[in-house]
Amino acid sequence: MPRKRITIRPTVEYLSILNETGDLDEALDPGLDADRCLYLYRLMVLTRRLDERCINLQRQGRIGTYGPSRGEEAAHCASAIVLEPQDWLVPAFRQPGALIHRGWPEEHAMLFWGGFEEGCRTPDGVNDLPLNVPIASQVPHAMGIAWGMKLRHDPHGVIVYLGDGATSEGDFHEAMNFAGVYHLPLVVFVQNNHWAISLPLSAQTASETIAQKALAYGFSGIQVDGNDALAVYVATREAFERARSGGGPTLIEAVTYRMSVHTTADDPTKYRSDDEVQAWEKRDPIARFERYLRGRKLLNDELVREIEDDVQERVRAAVERYEGYRDRIDPLDCFKYMYADLPAELVAQREEFRQAIEREAR
Amino acid sequence: MAQLNMVKALNLALREALAEDDRVVLLGQDIGQDEGVFRVTESLLKEFGPKRVIDTPLAEGAIVGGGIGLALYGLRPVCEMQFSGFAHQAYHQIENHMSRFRNRTRGRFTLPMVIRMPYGGGIRAVEHHSESREAVYAHTPGLYMVIPSTPRNARALLLESIRHPDPVIFFEPKAVYRAFREDLPDEPETMPLGKAQVVCEGSDLTLISYGAMMRPTLEAADDLASEDGSSVEVLDLLTVSPIDTEAITASIRKTGRAVVVHEGPRRCGIGAEVMARIMETSLEYLEAPVRRITGYDVQFPYFAREQLFLPGPQRIVHAAREVLAY
Repeated sequence: MPRKRITIRPTVEYLSILNETGDLDEALDPGLDADRCLYLYRLMVLTRRLDERCINLQRQGRIGTYGPSRGEEAAHCASAIVLEPQDWLVPAFRQPGALIHRGWPEEHAMLFWGGFEEGCRTPDGVNDLPLNVPIASQVPHAMGIAWGMKLRHDPHGVIVYLGDGATSEGDFHEAMNFAGVYHLPLVVFVQNNHWAISLPLSAQTASETIAQKALAYGFSGIQVDGNDALAVYVATREAFERARSGGGPTLIEAVTYRMSVHTTADDPTKYRSDDEVQAWEKRDPIARFERYLRGRKLLNDELVREIEDDVQERVRAAVERYEGYRDRIDPLDCFKYMYADLPAELVAQREEFRQAIEREAR
Repeated sequence: MAQLNMVKALNLALREALAEDDRVVLLGQDIGQDEGVFRVTESLLKEFGPKRVIDTPLAEGAIVGGGIGLALYGLRPVCEMQFSGFAHQAYHQIENHMSRFRNRTRGRFTLPMVIRMPYGGGIRAVEHHSESREAVYAHTPGLYMVIPSTPRNARALLLESIRHPDPVIFFEPKAVYRAFREDLPDEPETMPLGKAQVVCEGSDLTLISYGAMMRPTLEAADDLASEDGSSVEVLDLLTVSPIDTEAITASIRKTGRAVVVHEGPRRCGIGAEVMARIMETSLEYLEAPVRRITGYDVQFPYFAREQLFLPGPQRIVHAAREVLAY
């Protein structure tokens, strides 16, 4: 019955491979082949241009409130490319590039933020859940999918994305705890962008890192430079290797920055300084990766222009497809997917709704 | 044919579901080694093993949220909330996710899952263990809200709920768990969700209830028959969302008088919904205003006061006589 000290080992790894100025730690370079590198670069540029376009669409009233992903492209794109098709991906709502990589149409985010449920319609054959607006409530779903994999001896894994604010939610704790207890093939990927609307990270948690929270649940955590595509890629690849080989869950904290507004309904000048934003501007993940690719002679001005042109065309085509949806609205669809068999009372309500629309259209 | 109480009947349904479909998994607190605090999962861990009958950490949100993930993956989870009073810690998962996946993914993902929970008063339980909040779930689009009243319909409805393609909240009237036995057929039996049952036919008055309140309601019907010679029809809703409007309408058009009985709060309760439907479909058939005998709109009292609080046969008979005399 002594009063004694219990020794714990509160250490987490930190990983950075490509620094702010584009200098490379060659020993840590994963040596991604040229195609993979250029694919990732193109995906990040596409994500950025789509994001800019969505902001414009919102300003023009062509979509509703929009939650941008500017500055967080390396974090979610470089992690998503690690997955195999049989792995599952569970997003929050700042991972548009990850979903496009997985096979979602470029316009999915426009559809979602434009008020169409179709933006949540996971394409056939894609193992992803749709965007999730409530904070952290998607983490238990990812845990459950990983649980299913474990029960069924499926040698794959699940990645779930969330923000720093989400780590304060009960769902984060509950899902982390289950993942640890059942030793699940789950990669919990925290896009720590420093701001949960107006609340800074320092007011969100007293933990020195978010990565260390994993230790309390009995698994490992790693903090990576979230604007360093190579570090994100390596940490995620290691986490998936662990997951697929029965090594249990991993928490990855990708330290990044929300370069834009929380959503277009938000005014960050009320709570944060331009200086802080400008400091992060220098750490831009796309510019940094571009410098790396130029250093490896994989990219030059001509190719950058070519990629920009290709991306602009894809954005234009996505907007066109999105705009086409408006003509295809059937308001009665709100009943269509509620139940496998629509109960009689809803059949009656659908008919009432149909008649009301007909009357009001006259 | 076996004579079983409701606990054994539910146990049988779970066993049948586990045996017929290897995608069925049970999740919950103390459901394995301990066999459930009410023993509903008795011997199932032994029979089906820890990959089918899973003791979870103590977290209602993760049991339901993780259950959602299991269903998305292709399994058929049956989650147990130890008491309905604690299911509120999972309510955001139920409202924001479980009820919505089919619609928001345009049918790409569906959630064939069941959340079982004991509900209701009458067993001298501690605070938070006696509430009836079926109206909360009935008010949530996308769910089925099922409440059996006897061992036989409990087994049939639970098996049907587990086989069902959409999420089901399954309330178990714990006051009925061990109250009586009923003959159950040996072969698996199901009943359709969303269908009420006429338990006894009559022509003067309809008593409409469900769950644990079926017993005092049936007792009241007997009293009205033997003491007053009244011919009382009793309707057991069995599913309170969606509600079997057709059955209610048919009965009301026959009797012209009704009393609705439930133990949950009156305001925006199932009784209010039943009355609204009677107004909508059968106003001209009514011989008297419909009455409600329900729990009051107060917190469920601690158990020293619960027997007085819970609607009993006398209260139902009194209201029925007023309706009959109107």
